[in-house]
Amino acid sequence: MSTSTDEARLEEQFEAVIARHERIEPRDWMPEGYRRTLVRQVAQHAHSEIIGMQPEGAWLTRAPSLRRKAVLLAKVQDEAGHGLYLYSACETLGVSRAELTRMLIDGRQKYSSIFNYPTLSYADVGTIGWLVDGAAICNQVPLCRTSYGPYGRAMIRVCKEESFHQRQGYELLMTMMSGTDEQRAMVQESVDRFWWPALMMFGPPDDASPNTARSLAWGIKRNTNDELRQKFVDMTVPQAERLGVTLPDPDLRWNEERGAHDFGQPDWDELTRVISGAGPCNAERIAHRRRAHEDGAWVREAASAFARATKEPGRDRAQVEQAPGSSLRDPDGRVETR
Amino acid sequence: MNQHTSQHESVYDGLVEDHGDVSGQWAFGTSFEDPLAGVDTTMPEGVDGADLAAYCLGLGDDALVLSHRLSQWCSRAPDLEDDIAIANIALDLLGQARLLLARAAAADPAVVPVLPEGSPAPDEDRLAFFREAGELRCTRLVELEHGDFAHLVVRLLLFSTARLALLHRLAGTRDPVLAAIGAKGATEVTYHRDYAARWVVTLARGTEESRRRLLAALDELAPWHPEQLDTHPVATRLAESGAGVDPAATAEEVEGVLAQVLEEARCPWPEAPRRGGVRGRTGRDGMHTEALGRLLAEMQVVARAHPLGRW
Repeated sequence: MSTSTDEARLEEQFEAVIARHERIEPRDWMPEGYRRTLVRQVAQHAHSEIIGMQPEGAWLTRAPSLRRKAVLLAKVQDEAGHGLYLYSACETLGVSRAELTRMLIDGRQKYSSIFNYPTLSYADVGTIGWLVDGAAICNQVPLCRTSYGPYGRAMIRVCKEESFHQRQGYELLMTMMSGTDEQRAMVQESVDRFWWPALMMFGPPDDASPNTARSLAWGIKRNTNDELRQKFVDMTVPQAERLGVTLPDPDLRWNEERGAHDFGQPDWDELTRVISGAGPCNAERIAHRRRAHEDGAWVREAASAFARATKEPGRDRAQVEQAPGSSLRDPDGRVETR
Repeated sequence: MNQHTSQHESVYDGLVEDHGDVSGQWAFGTSFEDPLAGVDTTMPEGVDGADLAAYCLGLGDDALVLSHRLSQWCSRAPDLEDDIAIANIALDLLGQARLLLARAAAADPAVVPVLPEGSPAPDEDRLAFFREAGELRCTRLVELEHGDFAHLVVRLLLFSTARLALLHRLAGTRDPVLAAIGAKGATEVTYHRDYAARWVVTLARGTEESRRRLLAALDELAPWHPEQLDTHPVATRLAESGAGVDPAATAEEVEGVLAQVLEEARCPWPEAPRRGGVRGRTGRDGMHTEALGRLLAEMQVVARAHPLGRW
């Protein structure tokens, strides 16, 4: 019986930390459900960064100016960096990067549904920055105060960089709108395609979101899906006006009484289909990631073999510098957690 | 600089901008780290503008095309750390390309493709996006389609070893812009060469499979290497006027560094004849591989569809 009393006491302490809005740290006791929920959310977030490199990265080779090419390259590189911080945060919960990667490519873990839409014109690079990164920021800023320390700290850095990406995206669209008629049409067409999927990024409506209540109680989430979606719409409407594009929602209007915009509902069946794997690009995104991972296996194996060989004294007398980063990695590419 | 650039962020901003606020927002930065404030952009006396332009195009096109090849690796690297490193190298080379193409345009405006009246495209973008393959002056090594990761690191080793030797010497030449690019670029390319050399040694001595792939990449790429060190009348004349470096003068250093890395990797230098040109002409003469046309078709597609576009 003493075990369960201990557990009850630990749980009480845990709840007290949450109630005081303080952080839970990796070595602290935490309920298994809390840990599981966090792993699911942080991994999904990390996977989104990594899968998110694909739709924009596809335009690196076609960027129409050297400056835009550099900006896009730096952005996609930032996404890889965000993936790294978030995988590291996830590893503090006892799951390795290699395991998480396997769960992603086996389809056992998800990533943001938005990346299952294709990027069809250069304007999409701007629209993703403006709307998709904008929605991500709305989702993520409250997470800087999330109850799990490593996740919250990773989010502070991610948010700072994301807000810069959003400005860059908006600036690209502004520049294109000051260009030719074809460019303006390209921007409008891109916004037409991304508006509804961007609204879906906040997840299903509150009454259909099974995990929200528990996550709010644990301080993992700080706002409901609908609250964040509203905030995003209110933030975006004046930006769209300034840009000179029309948001494709006939029901969108200011509601004086509520002090907020009324807006139409996204096609929730579409979201369900995309999440369940039937979106326009799901198969390609996962296949790309799987191919990269499998194509790199021989390199990761070589790095570990070389690190082992050069570490053993006597076996290899030549003192050669270690492979890049190899000392931290096992054959699956897992980085040891510090 | 001519009027096109004034409508666009100046290419030289990368050399002089204050990184205090803006680039701090990026995880890795978007351009040069060391501001070279007050770079003198006047033409040095006694240097032929057309020669200087041709020389800058050669070095600029090398950087542009290899940066493009590296960017094709994005989201495909063996590990996230390598994805980040490869993107970093691609960004550095892109920065060098921008400066070198802009310098070429300033040295000889006649090299810049003419676009319809009203096009806001700056000169360096006109050069990157509106020239035909035969007008590019890169060596053929950088154009080749990419292969596996061994191919990537071997090409990067061959390229960055030759380029670093050249950049070091450029830092002491008479053209102030080339000298600044040489000094700045040498710091960057030192890291590129180090990254490539470490991986070459690692793959050569990792597993049987990695060694087999490394040797195959070396066999494939070594025959394209000597072209990087070829002398060329343009380089000879510029070297004589003190505004450029003849790559042939770097050959001993380059071969020495490569021999050292390959010794560490326990790999022999492949005994294969160098790749020939077409009637004696190679990359610096505008005679390229089939791969370059395909690369440009993709790289230029959006820019060419909108010659009056603003980006």
